[in-house]
Amino acid sequence: MMYFLIRRTVGFIATLIAVSIVVFAVMNILPGDPALTILGMDATDDALAALREDLGLNEPLLARYFGWVAGALTGDFGLSHSFRVPVSELISERLAMTISLAVAGMLLTLLIALSVGIYAASRHGKAGDWVTMFISQLGIAVPAFWLSILLVLLFAVNLRWLPPGGFPGWSEPVAAMRSLILPTVALALVQSAVLARVTRSSALEVMRQDFTRTARASGLSQRRILWRHVLPNALVPIVTIVGMQFAALVTGTIVIENVFYLPGLGRLIFQSIANRDLPTVQALVMLFAIIVVTANFVVDLLYVLIDPRLKARA
Amino acid sequence: MMHVQKSLKFAAFALALGLSATAASSADLVIGMQQEPTSLDPTADATASIDAMMTMNVYEALTIIAENGEVQPNLATAWKVSDDGLTYTFTLAEGVKFHDGTTLDAQDVIFSFERAMAEDSVNPSKDIFKPIESVTALDAGTIEIKLKNKDAFFLFNMGQGDSAIVGAESVATNNAKPVGTGPFKFDSWTRGDRLTLVKNPDYRDADAVALDKVTFRFISDPAAATAAMMAEELDAFPGFPAPELLEQFEADPRFRVNQGNTEGEVILAMNNAKPPFDNVEVRRAVSMAINRDEIIDGAMYGKATPIGSFYPPHGKAYVDLTGVYPPDTAKAKAMFEAEGVAGQTMTLRVPPFPYAMRSAEIIQAQLADAGIDAKVENVEWGFWIDEIYKKHNYDMTIIAHTSPNDMGNFARGPKYFYGYDDPKMTALWESISTEADPEKRNALLKEGQELLTEQAVHGFLFQLPLLGVFRNEVQGYWTSAPVLYTPLKGVSNG
Repeated sequence: MMYFLIRRTVGFIATLIAVSIVVFAVMNILPGDPALTILGMDATDDALAALREDLGLNEPLLARYFGWVAGALTGDFGLSHSFRVPVSELISERLAMTISLAVAGMLLTLLIALSVGIYAASRHGKAGDWVTMFISQLGIAVPAFWLSILLVLLFAVNLRWLPPGGFPGWSEPVAAMRSLILPTVALALVQSAVLARVTRSSALEVMRQDFTRTARASGLSQRRILWRHVLPNALVPIVTIVGMQFAALVTGTIVIENVFYLPGLGRLIFQSIANRDLPTVQALVMLFAIIVVTANFVVDLLYVLIDPRLKARA
Repeated sequence: MMHVQKSLKFAAFALALGLSATAASSADLVIGMQQEPTSLDPTADATASIDAMMTMNVYEALTIIAENGEVQPNLATAWKVSDDGLTYTFTLAEGVKFHDGTTLDAQDVIFSFERAMAEDSVNPSKDIFKPIESVTALDAGTIEIKLKNKDAFFLFNMGQGDSAIVGAESVATNNAKPVGTGPFKFDSWTRGDRLTLVKNPDYRDADAVALDKVTFRFISDPAAATAAMMAEELDAFPGFPAPELLEQFEADPRFRVNQGNTEGEVILAMNNAKPPFDNVEVRRAVSMAINRDEIIDGAMYGKATPIGSFYPPHGKAYVDLTGVYPPDTAKAKAMFEAEGVAGQTMTLRVPPFPYAMRSAEIIQAQLADAGIDAKVENVEWGFWIDEIYKKHNYDMTIIAHTSPNDMGNFARGPKYFYGYDDPKMTALWESISTEADPEKRNALLKEGQELLTEQAVHGFLFQLPLLGVFRNEVQGYWTSAPVLYTPLKGVSNG
């Protein structure tokens, strides 16, 4: 176990270093100049030169990179080129929004997918199975932004039950929750369609095994068999997919935040790339990388919890 | 029974969540904006939405441009121009206070100009300060500006956001907490979501300000913008991003759709420095291959005015040159063949604006009919401004030039991305920009338009319209935009 943890930590750090180098290189190779983006088409050459000096763009590439690394190690991610405020401030004011959305989306995904998947497995080959699997197939095919627009048209424009977008902040908890309902549903429906299918096939596999038949033979109720015996044994592939989906959910918020004009990290990274705002992009990509790597790490730990046989191998 | 209980529970739940719509106070106005800026200082960042929200609302300048394009008094209540046109004496409004409580005086004006003109200035339109020789205070309320050479657009330029008068005490934080002298004070900015202004009770003409609170909400997606208007989350969307979605607002009695003018000429720019577009006959053939009416119908849903040169149709010096190169595919094809460029492949690199991307597709088809294979490359803005604008790495592109009085672009020589270098045009612009008499200047501007058309420097397409959606209750909004700002002073909501 100790060896496993050390190996993972080393991998974690190596991933972050690789990501930081790639982002730095890509942002510098990509055509575009932050000073020109800020000052626009009428800017004079001396104004551009003054701004470049001001932003520290005249320093050599390597010096800038190591300067950034040194700052990042002490928790200082520098000043945003375009906003001219500390990057940490930009991220912290938006983090709550994106995390709330991703976590709510994940919970709703699990709720829908596990119920639908187990239900479909229990109705294997019957109408209920066909109908739910048909709907989930549709769910996989529908793009999240399109579903979002449909949800907005129905619940915000026609019925006027929920706001069409925006986020008032957690200082108004009721309004904040209301404004997260539609984005969460839009995010979760598409994700849960994938997960429901995995849940169903994994459950079906387990249901064919001897211990399920034994449980049934010993007179346990169908519900008890499904939730106490089938689901726990079907969890390994489900958890694998959930781990991948959490990463997809975090990145999926970029699209959802645009459609619902939510002030989250997704919109920030979008805007920062357009503005060639290297310090902000760098910090955000690192953050996303940390989230994804952590999610994978948690999945690995969960495997061990779910299936004690893996402990020996780990 | 079970069902009744459930629906009662749901109703109670719905009430608790406040699901019923609430009407906002009529002294509040919520405005939708497509573009969110990253800074709020128009003297240090060219982003158009800074001017749209801040200029003449939070910040003010010596002069102000009226809806019809006329220069009017603002922080300068009056001015005198010397007979040689080189000395301007401005009288400042009395008792004006910045929003942080400091008093505006001649020193603030000098500070603002010196900051814009300094060597390390990052003013996005530093060129407009170039003619200035000196700025001095005759007394606390009088400013004298001496010019090196006559500048016909000087008073107009003093009414742009780049010339906003800022306070020395607050300028360092204007990017995030703007402080000006205008009718509205900055209240808050939740980046990514909204920006709020409140009425400035100390404004010198506070009675003329109808609104107590103005909220800008940033919605970039056209479908989301439509939904937000339809759900009445917004009162106005003055720069509506999608002409194709306007029909449903026109059909809805709650809303009013406005189609007004801007100073934005949309052009199919050709790289005049590079073959084959260094050949005027090839440029003329392109002008003939394109059909403006088809472009306007297809790309703008008919909501735009065609242009035949580089000057807005609502301007006083406008001359209609749209008939000089009538669309004629066969003739264009023959001309391309005669010049030996038929069948050539060229790139059409397009920035990410709907008017440009849609026009590009139609122009591509029109050029194909005339025997030219134009490859459309959609690029993002950071790429465009670096590769096309700065490095001139393109054959053709589509762009709107939104600045007023910008015919001078054609006098910038080979350094500018047009690659157009014509001593005749350079001399002409020199006389236009120094001609103080409006009649004579307009005659010269007509000459300029004719020269640009005769040389077919670019494909001149259409004037970018100002398309806006408003709830009927919203009154007093400008219908046209001679500058990048819209004063909210005269706007009311019901």
